[in-house]
Amino acid sequence: MMVKALINRVRFMGNGVLNISAGVGRAAWFFIHVLSWGSGFKAPFKRLLQQVYQLGVLSLPIVLVAGLFVGMVLALQGYHILVGYGSQEAVGQMVALSILREFGPVVTALLFAGRAGSALTAEIGLMKATEQLSAMEIMGVDPFKRIMAPRLWGGVITLPILTVMFSVLGIYGGAFVAVEVLGIYDGSYWANMQNSVEFNEDVIKGVVKSLVFAVVVTWLAIFHGWNATPTSQGISRATTATVVQASLAVLALDFILTAVMLGGF
Amino acid sequence: MTSKNLEISVGAFVLAGILALVVLALNVSGLSYRADDQSYYLFARFENLAGLSERAKISLSGVTIGRVVSITLDTEDYVAVVKMAIDKDVPLTTDTSASILTAGLLGEKYIGLSVGADDELLINADEIEDTQSSIVLEELIGQFLFSRSE
Amino acid sequence: MENFAELVDLSFSRDGRLILDRISLQIPKGKVTAILGPSGTGKTTLLRLISGQLKPDSGDVMVDGLSVPGLSRNDLFALRKRLSLLFQSGALFTDMSVFENVAFSLREHTRLPEHMVRDLVLLRLQSVGLRGAAHHMPSELSGGMARRVALARSLALDPELIMYDEPFTGQDPISMAVLVKLIRTVNDQLSLTSVLVSHDVEEALSIADQVYVLSHGRIIGKGTPEQVRQTHSPELKQFLFGHVDGPVSFHYPSKPLEQEVLPL
Repeated sequence: MMVKALINRVRFMGNGVLNISAGVGRAAWFFIHVLSWGSGFKAPFKRLLQQVYQLGVLSLPIVLVAGLFVGMVLALQGYHILVGYGSQEAVGQMVALSILREFGPVVTALLFAGRAGSALTAEIGLMKATEQLSAMEIMGVDPFKRIMAPRLWGGVITLPILTVMFSVLGIYGGAFVAVEVLGIYDGSYWANMQNSVEFNEDVIKGVVKSLVFAVVVTWLAIFHGWNATPTSQGISRATTATVVQASLAVLALDFILTAVMLGGF
Repeated sequence: MTSKNLEISVGAFVLAGILALVVLALNVSGLSYRADDQSYYLFARFENLAGLSERAKISLSGVTIGRVVSITLDTEDYVAVVKMAIDKDVPLTTDTSASILTAGLLGEKYIGLSVGADDELLINADEIEDTQSSIVLEELIGQFLFSRSE
Repeated sequence: MENFAELVDLSFSRDGRLILDRISLQIPKGKVTAILGPSGTGKTTLLRLISGQLKPDSGDVMVDGLSVPGLSRNDLFALRKRLSLLFQSGALFTDMSVFENVAFSLREHTRLPEHMVRDLVLLRLQSVGLRGAAHHMPSELSGGMARRVALARSLALDPELIMYDEPFTGQDPISMAVLVKLIRTVNDQLSLTSVLVSHDVEEALSIADQVYVLSHGRIIGKGTPEQVRQTHSPELKQFLFGHVDGPVSFHYPSKPLEQEVLPL
C-alpha cells in the first residue's frame, strides 16, 4: 500500500520534471524560430518601428518617473548613511554606481516586464484565442516571422534605451536632492562621481545587463502569449506567468551577471 | 497613429536614448578622449602599494595629469612597479617625487607628484627615483606604540 | 469526376479520445461538399487535417495529389496559398481595417503594385456586398458582416479549395440567406471546390452537391441531398429531421426515476 503511494509520488515528480523539460524545450525551439527574421516580407522595418513605439515610447512615462524617484531616494538614504562616517561627499558616486550597475538595469527590466511584457502576452494570447494566428498560418504567412519576430527585436532594442534614460534621470534626480535639499557642494557630487565611475566598467556593463534582461523578458512574454490556452482564464494565467517568471528571471540573472562581472567566476 | 508620426516619435525616442548615453559618458563617468599619443609613460617603484589600483589618478598640485596604466611585481627586488601615463603637455623634472596618498579619510589611493628643481626633464620610459610608499595605518600605530614604549 | 481532396482511412484522436475513426471521403473538384454532424464530432478537426494544421494518427490526407502529412514546412506553406479556410468567427485581424485584411494575402504573397491591390480588394469586397465598409475596423462590424469580409479575404488569392467552418451558426435569417447565396455563387463563378462543415441541415442541403454525415467519428450517411433525405437509417433520420428522441437518447444514462424520487 505504502509502496504504491510512494511509486505514485515518484511518478508524479517525474512527470513534473518531464513537463518542465518539455516546456523549456518548447520555449527554446520557439526562441530560435522567432529569431529568424525571414525574407520576402514587405515593410518589416515598419513593423519593427511600430513595436519600438508600443514597447518603448509608451513605457517612457513610467520609466522616467520611476528613475527620478529611485535616484532621489537613493541620494536621501545614502546621505543619511554616509553622514555617519563623515563621507557624505561620496553620495554622488554612491548614487551613480548603484543606479548604473544595479537599479538601472534591474528596475527598468522589472517595470518593462510588468507593463510591456504583460501587454505583449495579452495581445498575442488574444490573437491566438480569436484564431488570428491560425488564420495567418492558413493563409501561408508564418506568424513567427510576422508577429513574433518584430516584437522580440523591438524589446531587445527598447529596453537598453529605457535603461539608459532611467539611469540619467536617477542620477540627476539624486543630484537635485543632494545639492538643493541636502546641501552637498555641487562640485563634489559630480567630481567624486566622475572619478569613480568608469564608462567601460559601469555604464557599459549596465547596458549589457539590460540587453540580457531584454532578451529574456521579451522572449518569455511572447512565449506565454503563444502558449496560452485560448480562453479568458488562460490568457489571464499566461499574463501572470509572464510577469512573475520574467521578474524572477531578471533578479536571478542579475545575481549571476553581477557575480561574473565583479568576481570573474 | 499616422506613419509619419510613428517614425518621428520612434526616432525621437532612439535619439533621446543616444543622448542619454552620451550624458552618462561625459558627465557621469568623466570619460574624456585621451588618445595614446597624448601621453608619455613613466615608471615608479614602491615598496608598498597598499590599495593603489589600476586606473588610479596621478595628480600634481591637486590637478589630475595622468592615470596608472599597469601594476606589476618585480620578482628580483620584490618591489611593485607602477607604469603611469602622463599628459604630454606636463613636463616633470628628473627629481620629481611620487607618493601614494589617500583621498579623504576612507578614500581611494592615488599617486601625488611633486616637482623638484632640476633642469633636466623626464622623458618617455624614464623612472621616477624618489618614491614614498603608502602609509599603512597598522604600521603607523605600530611605530607609535614602539616609540612610546622607549 | 476528379477529386481535389481525399481522406483515406483516416484516424485521429485527441487526449486519448478517438475523434475520427477510419474515415474515407472524397471531395470532388468544382462541387460543393457538405459535411454534417452534431457539434463536437470532429468536423472542424477534419478541416484542420486537410489544411495540415493537424497530423492524423493513421491514414492519409491527399490534396491535389499531394500527401499533406508528409509535406515539409515550406511545401506546406506553398500548398496553403492555394487553400482557404473560413473560420467560424471570421478571425479578422483586429489591428487592421477591413481593406487591409482583404489585402493581406495579396501584399504578402504577390508583388503587385498598390493600385492593382486596391482594385482587387475593392472587387472582392464588391462581390460580398461590402465595398462601402472598406475603411471600418473589424470591431465595428456585425458578426455576419465580419464573416463576409473574411470570405472576401479568403478569396483574395483565387484559391482552388475553400473550406467553411460552421458558416451559418448564429446568423439572423437575412445574413444566413446572404451567406448561403454567396457560397454557391462564389463556387460556381470562380470554379472553386468548396467544403462546408455545419450542423445547420437545411441550409447546407440547399446548396450542396454532395453530403457526408458524421457521427461519433464515423460516416453514417453519404450521397446527394435527395439520396440522404430519403434514408432509412434511424440515426441519420433523427439528425436530419431533428427528432428529439431516437438512437441519440433524450435521457442521459441514469437510474430509474422511481429509485431517485420516491421514498423506498
